[in-house]
Amino acid sequence: MEIQTTELKRCTVIKTAGRIDGSNAPQLSQALKAITSKGKCKIVFDMTEVNFVASAGWLVLIDTQKTCKPSGELVLVNVEKGIKDSLNLVGMGSYFRMFDDLTLAVGAF
Amino acid sequence: MATKRFTCSLQNLEKICNYVTECAKQANLNESEIYAVQLAVDEASTNIMEHGYGQECPNRIDITCEPLENGLKVVIFDDAEPFDPCTVTEPDLNVSLEEVKPRGLGIFLMRKMMDDVKYATDPEQGNTLTMIKYHKP
Repeated sequence: MEIQTTELKRCTVIKTAGRIDGSNAPQLSQALKAITSKGKCKIVFDMTEVNFVASAGWLVLIDTQKTCKPSGELVLVNVEKGIKDSLNLVGMGSYFRMFDDLTLAVGAF
Repeated sequence: MATKRFTCSLQNLEKICNYVTECAKQANLNESEIYAVQLAVDEASTNIMEHGYGQECPNRIDITCEPLENGLKVVIFDDAEPFDPCTVTEPDLNVSLEEVKPRGLGIFLMRKMMDDVKYATDPEQGNTLTMIKYHKP
């Protein structure tokens, strides 16, 4: 799993591609913790190229959101419909602000 | 009906997903139905690997796909410790972020994504998880 992290003035953008499942969720967790442990809690997760998120992935994102709030926030960008629907189905869609555009997401901070 | 055997490693989740995706396409499920099958099978397989085998997993995970007239039946066989995912209590919905508990989310997703989920266990045949997704035109 390749994870790119870009530090911007307002926030940190993190990006990966493909699947997030039980095999690689710990890697994503590590990458997010590397950001939050530096006190950077305004994070944009660019999910443009992510096509699958299992519960192991959601738990990492929920954990990060708990760490970030209320001083910061984790927001999601370009979440595929199936992924979004599954999250809404279990009532967890409300935990994340979602944007269709990276610029808008960065602008949210 | 086709059965495929997978060794029990989280690294195989993608292969399992690719296999059921092909089955779901052949059964003419639409995009969101295919995602539902992918997610449910992924959650079920992860659960067997992590809880059933405790990640030691020397045995089998056999997945059978059976196209139905109006959907797809996926059956997962394993010989891990018996564990009925249908007995897990649903996590509370719409709780605040602080109150979210990680337990049971995968199983809950699995049950929500499929139209029918049944579990059976037998000392000789092991565990059988049968899940059905219907195609809604």
